[in-house]
Amino acid sequence: MKTNDLILQTVTKVCAFVIILFSISIFLGGHYSPGGGFVGGLMTSCAIVLLLLAYDLKTVAALLPIDYKIMIACGLLISASTVAGSWLFHAPLMTHAYSYFNLPILGKTSLHTAVLFDLGVYLVVIGVTMTIIQTIGESE
Amino acid sequence: MIEIVKIIAGALILFGAFLSVVATFGVIRLPDVYTRNHAASKSATLGVMSILLGTFLYFWIEHGHFNSRVILAIVFIFATSPVAGHLISRAAYNSGVPLWEKSVQDDLKGKNQIRQAEK
Repeated sequence: MKTNDLILQTVTKVCAFVIILFSISIFLGGHYSPGGGFVGGLMTSCAIVLLLLAYDLKTVAALLPIDYKIMIACGLLISASTVAGSWLFHAPLMTHAYSYFNLPILGKTSLHTAVLFDLGVYLVVIGVTMTIIQTIGESE
Repeated sequence: MIEIVKIIAGALILFGAFLSVVATFGVIRLPDVYTRNHAASKSATLGVMSILLGTFLYFWIEHGHFNSRVILAIVFIFATSPVAGHLISRAAYNSGVPLWEKSVQDDLKGKNQIRQAEK
């Protein structure tokens, strides 16, 4: 018997956005409060898994046309290039730098290159989790 | 003012803990899946929301720390916990878990029979 998933799908439409926003907040706040790239990435992939539960693989693939294996490669590339970037300034490997900038809307903000490393971790975690889950889900 | 809010926060937390205990007793004592799920999803949801609201008020008034994540958690639990209860109950019904033997009404059974007859 075909069941009707209307309630789950409607709640998913709202909740997935809330989960993704919260994961971005955790990711950006990782330097000063608990959180960071790993938890943020896991939570973003949780939102995508929730979409996969409420809809099916093809709908989510049409909604988010991302190849997660390329996403892993991009994340590794970003992390590796932030590490390699310390060579340009003749600093020891994995040296990170920060400074204060006056951004247009946000005002005085401290920007740190460790965020870029964390962005790589974030992308790799999303990519690995979604690759595992989609590979298991597709094999009948 | 601060003392009153402290009392209110404490009362909310105690009320939430009491509702969680009520949910636990409901899960232990009620006869079938659907009544247990009814107790667990409703009572525990309101209990957790009360506890979170008490915590939020305490940290806001006492420490001046407005924690928007707690508000988000309250809204999120309010939205998702009944849906989880609904899905568990429906999965139980669709996999043929029987109702309590003293149940008098099963409207979904009649609807399913009508749908079967139309096919």
